[in-house]
Amino acid sequence: MVEFLQQMVNGLSLGAIYALIALGYTMVYGIILLINFAHGDIMMVGAYVGFFSITMLGSNVFVALLFAMLACAALGVLIEKIAYKPLRNSTRLAALITAIGASLFLEYVTIFFLTPQQRVFPAEAFPMHQYQIMGLYISNKDIFIVVLAVILMIMLQYIVKRTRAGKAMRAVSLDREAAMLMGISVDKTISFTFALGSALAAAAGVLIGLYYGTINPLMGIIPGLKAFVAAVLGGIGIIPGAMVGGFLMGILETMVSGYGSSMYRDAVAFGVLILILLIKPTGIFGRNDSEKV
Amino acid sequence: MRMKRCVAVLVLALFAMGMVAGCEQKAPNQATPAPQAGEILVGLNCELSGGVASYGTNAANGAKLAIDEINAKGGVLGKQLKVLERDSQSKTDEAMNVSADLVSKGIVAQIGPLVSGAVAACTPVMNENKVPLIAPAATAPGATVDEKTGETFPYIFRACFLDSDQGVRMAEYAYDTLNMKTAAIYGSNSDDYAKGLAKYFKEAFEAKGGKIVAQEGYVSGDKDFKATLTKIKAAQPEFIYVPGYYQEVSILIKQARELGITVPMGGGDGWDSPDMITVAGAEALNNTYFTNHYSVQDPKPEIANFVKAYEQKYSKTPDSFAALGYDSAYLLAEAIKAADSADPVKVAEALAKTKDFPGITGTMTFNEKHNPVKSIVVIEFKDGKLVSH
Repeated sequence: MVEFLQQMVNGLSLGAIYALIALGYTMVYGIILLINFAHGDIMMVGAYVGFFSITMLGSNVFVALLFAMLACAALGVLIEKIAYKPLRNSTRLAALITAIGASLFLEYVTIFFLTPQQRVFPAEAFPMHQYQIMGLYISNKDIFIVVLAVILMIMLQYIVKRTRAGKAMRAVSLDREAAMLMGISVDKTISFTFALGSALAAAAGVLIGLYYGTINPLMGIIPGLKAFVAAVLGGIGIIPGAMVGGFLMGILETMVSGYGSSMYRDAVAFGVLILILLIKPTGIFGRNDSEKV
Repeated sequence: MRMKRCVAVLVLALFAMGMVAGCEQKAPNQATPAPQAGEILVGLNCELSGGVASYGTNAANGAKLAIDEINAKGGVLGKQLKVLERDSQSKTDEAMNVSADLVSKGIVAQIGPLVSGAVAACTPVMNENKVPLIAPAATAPGATVDEKTGETFPYIFRACFLDSDQGVRMAEYAYDTLNMKTAAIYGSNSDDYAKGLAKYFKEAFEAKGGKIVAQEGYVSGDKDFKATLTKIKAAQPEFIYVPGYYQEVSILIKQARELGITVPMGGGDGWDSPDMITVAGAEALNNTYFTNHYSVQDPKPEIANFVKAYEQKYSKTPDSFAALGYDSAYLLAEAIKAADSADPVKVAEALAKTKDFPGITGTMTFNEKHNPVKSIVVIEFKDGKLVSH
């Protein structure tokens, strides 16, 4: 029983990381129907900004988070302006492939300037405390990362559902031309969406750096793909869905490693993607309404 | 039916990402400038960047130090050795491209790559062009031998011991010295090196009467090991063998200690990196051991001199890879002298006959499989310091 509960703790902390990345993924998709494959790499850039602000500027974790989020918000807006905006009226496939291009561009530019070697997050940036509760090992990092993921989800949900900017985002998502006719600036709204999504990615990047201790330029690929699966699992475009999908993925992977074989973990994770797409492509929280043609 | 199309696009996109990642190849440079009269070209094909950059960089530094020393003493056969250094980026395909490029430049021999898988990728290029390759640290048994026919590759040599020796040594150490009767194995499943180590450890440990209570694997690039560690903890092993490279092992050990796993852990030379201590922390590393090629603290004068010269030149302590790179370069220089020629074919013949070569990492005599017969040290992490046994 203790072992099972420990696995749940392990699964939740891993799931929180997927959830954090999936939130940004799903929001961008929800608004402009683009799967931003560069999302994982924006996360990586965020991790590096956080790393350098801790090691070179000596800032604390929260300032580092802030710096990373601001820098990546700007980066996200820039990528949208350069790479996606000119393709806004092309096929969705064109934008998707451009997103893969943006992803590779970020990875290899980072390798070029910062070398492919891993960097070690200073351990003293976030001192670790270990708690032992009834045989369960939980660290303050586990709690921090889960709580932060939930807070960010609530904030995001609030922004999208309750603010004017959020209303504009939903309007653009529903019908871009009608929104434009109503006086909503589509460009500004999409920029805002990217800024928000990229800031979330940056937060996730810094947290991953703190949680595992090392970062490298290719760190965004696998978590990015897994978070994508999590977003699809929860229902892509639906914010609470990303959260639930992330936690489910984390727990699923943990249980596969813990009770099955560690070598089937990734196979199961991507098998879930195939199953979901076959059985219920709109995901757990998705409605089954047909798209307008 | 737009949803279906969307699905197809997604799946395609996922595959595309994988394929793009696998396709970055550079065409080898085909220009063939003849080596200058007074020089002998030595190719260095090392992992100077990428996942195992610390191995390649240090081995290249060691080799360059040796070549500087040799040149300062007048070179070999009255000629200076000239280094052509290339980066394989820790990628197997890139290592092969680099080899093709170096061979086309007219090198006498290539030193590197460090990782067994990359050596295997270079092997066909070297054998076809009849240019010897000295692998400083390729410990996989198949590196010098064609595993299908059992024949030794005529142009592949190594300066290090084998995975089989290493796995057996750690099994002996765990069972006999540490007195551990049960063990778990949790190693990398993405490379031949770690899989080999796990296999030989298991065989030797069981042959001694020990019991393997759990065997698990991870893939390179993994960062979360807690699920499997929790499973291993429940099996209550007295010892955990973790064959793999420092990038993952350092995080793995940290997480094991976070989960309250206090038993001793062991590994191979893939653990040899300063990043182990910076990532895992000195405390988590207490009670962990790994097999290695040499120890910096060895009081032998030639080792002390090497350590001093290396520290002077690069202002850091030479690890095993530096020592193996250094030995590889001297092995090559000795072979050129013995062959009395810088013809790659003759040098390869001379290398195969190497006998009682006094290296930093032990005295080497090549057997018929181009493997040196030499000693293995066990090193313990103790409060952030390396203590050899």
